[in-house]
Amino acid sequence: MLPISAILLAVVFLVSIIALLILIWSISSGQFSMGPGSPNVIFDRKNPGKVEDPASTDDKRENLQQLLVASSQYRIPQPPPEKNDPASRRDSDASTALITRYLLASSCVWLVLGSFFGLAASLKFNFPDWLNQDYEFTFGVLRALHLNLVIYGWVSMAGMGVSIWLIPRLLKTTLASQSLAIVGGHLWNLGLIIGVFALFAGMTDGVEWLEFPWKTDLLFALGGALIGLPILSTIRRRKVHHLYVSVWYIGAAFVWFPFLFIIANLPIYEGTQHAIVNWWYAHNVLGLWITPFGLGAAYYFIPKVIGKPIHSYQLSLLGFWALALFYSQVGLHHLIGGPVPTWLVSLSVVSSVMMLIPVAAVAINHHRTMWGHFRALRFSPTLLFVVTGAIMYTLVSAQGSAQSLRIVNMTTHFTHATVAHAHLGVYGFASFILFGAIYFIFPRLSGRNWISQRLIFTHYLLSLFGIILYGGVFFYGGVIQGIQMQNSDIGFSEVVANTKPYLWVRSLAGGLMTLAHLVFALHIWWVWYAPKTKKSFIPQTQLESRA
Amino acid sequence: MRRTIGFIVVAIGILAYATVLLVGIPSLQLNELALPAEHSPITEPVARGRELYIQAGCIYCHSQQTRDVNMGPDIQRNWGRYAIPSDYVGDRPHLLGTMRTGPDLHNIGARQPSEDWHLIHLYQPRSVLPNSIMPSYQYLFLESSQVPQGMKEVPVPDQWKPEGKRVIATQDALDLVAYLQSLDHTYPIPATTE
Repeated sequence: MLPISAILLAVVFLVSIIALLILIWSISSGQFSMGPGSPNVIFDRKNPGKVEDPASTDDKRENLQQLLVASSQYRIPQPPPEKNDPASRRDSDASTALITRYLLASSCVWLVLGSFFGLAASLKFNFPDWLNQDYEFTFGVLRALHLNLVIYGWVSMAGMGVSIWLIPRLLKTTLASQSLAIVGGHLWNLGLIIGVFALFAGMTDGVEWLEFPWKTDLLFALGGALIGLPILSTIRRRKVHHLYVSVWYIGAAFVWFPFLFIIANLPIYEGTQHAIVNWWYAHNVLGLWITPFGLGAAYYFIPKVIGKPIHSYQLSLLGFWALALFYSQVGLHHLIGGPVPTWLVSLSVVSSVMMLIPVAAVAINHHRTMWGHFRALRFSPTLLFVVTGAIMYTLVSAQGSAQSLRIVNMTTHFTHATVAHAHLGVYGFASFILFGAIYFIFPRLSGRNWISQRLIFTHYLLSLFGIILYGGVFFYGGVIQGIQMQNSDIGFSEVVANTKPYLWVRSLAGGLMTLAHLVFALHIWWVWYAPKTKKSFIPQTQLESRA
Repeated sequence: MRRTIGFIVVAIGILAYATVLLVGIPSLQLNELALPAEHSPITEPVARGRELYIQAGCIYCHSQQTRDVNMGPDIQRNWGRYAIPSDYVGDRPHLLGTMRTGPDLHNIGARQPSEDWHLIHLYQPRSVLPNSIMPSYQYLFLESSQVPQGMKEVPVPDQWKPEGKRVIATQDALDLVAYLQSLDHTYPIPATTE
């Protein structure tokens, strides 16, 4: 067996390297037919040198404009020509208003619910005899609810909402068949509701990340397809010549998710084979579904707010295709040292390290674009959240590559460090960017201003301290746990006892984040239902001229 | 890129390629395994207990995959020899787990064969392991002053019993313990594998 697997492994590595070289060649030789203005396609042709952040106030926007545009080095971006009859920004937004509102509002409800389940699950470690009389409140149920609600309820729905809003804007057209997407949104929500009751009733599939019964999963597959189809058909009726990099990420995510979800749900796996499929799926959901939403949004909002195109457009394309190539092969690093074929694990470890290529491409692009403009964060809530998320992406990706190395993994595997890492990714990176995106989108959607800048900043600080405690202090606790577990002189029950202070840190972090989400959700609620005053309301005409 | 369809095909193609590598080939490789003859028999209570283990979410804190000595001191901790793929033949869903908030359970049946110990531990983990942070699974037990005919009383130490009552194991508790007792993969590694 050994020589065959060795040859296989060598061939696979060779294919990856050749694919990478072809990619670099085709980008550098212009095979992707990018016009000179490609990265500028996101700017308004009528008013290209205008910074934009609807989440901010008039004063701060003026400050932002002074800070960025008035500076001597500023070069007004030149948007490329469009095809006949492009839709205005307002038409694009109007065509997605209903579905975006529906998806984002749903996602906020699931976020708050999911946070409470997570907090309760964490408190179970601090008070292990709390709520021990009923099955419905056991740790296993609460944890499964937390994971599934924040992944499929919050991140997925918010990501889909932000994406479907972005797509017509990026393509200067209107959304095709919004009603189809709304039906899809309903099916997705129905899946979540049935899933919640199923988990409370003990009907779990027992597979991490796929706990909902597979019959409910059909609703997600169908719902996701109904939301994805309008997006893909909108791409076909675009009014721009070039697809902006965000479109690549979003379009690919909607193609990848059904594929992953259906293959992972097939009822044909057993034993270690099932474990392999399980972790192949779980990591790909992060990499090929959630990450594209986060990166696609960051590639739009960072340059959009500061009125400057991204640093290197070629690099962004390299980042995208390298992510597709390497991320799809990393999942098995969850089973290092486990009873699975060694060549498989080696493949995933190497791919995890190769992920440094797309991560570096994205990092250079995001951070170089922002370089020298960090003062702008003071005037733009959107930028504050999105840039924080982008920084966390660089951090968590580097951490992930390191954690996949056998020598590091020996210590961090099976510990709370893995859990902390997952939160740094899904929360620190993806959720922060989605928060920023929602702060940007909501005023455009509702025609209303955010009432309180202070509440936005409170949300930011609570979330930030929460994730620093979770991804930093709790991660450190996990590393300590791993070091002690690797030392057979320390008894296992002593290792467990030593994790207790860190488990309190986790509950504290969870409390801060839950509070942050309440601030966020109540602010939305307040703005939406506040009486129309001069302060809260933006007339539509003004929206257009500002856009 | 101008061609949407081409883009979709390439995107799917890359993922399909990865799927063949990470799902397809290992599936072929692991397909011919047979359950070792010494594997503990999967009786009806064991199968029911396994369902309860899944429902209670034990997997979130307990792995069932012991590692080779090069990866960690599992054997020194008395958790048993490293796991092999044929230990798991027929398991669906798999219960390998990726967390060790609590100890590995691949060989808990060999390490802790006592039914009473497991029942007491499930009812109140801290009565046998003072440092434990495991939730108490008291919904699997009845509390009554009388022990009904044919039911098993759990010898919980007095300080952990509810006042004036006795603790009685439900069938679910007994099944779950039967499953835990069946977790014994200490048989030698069959010569045919690896």
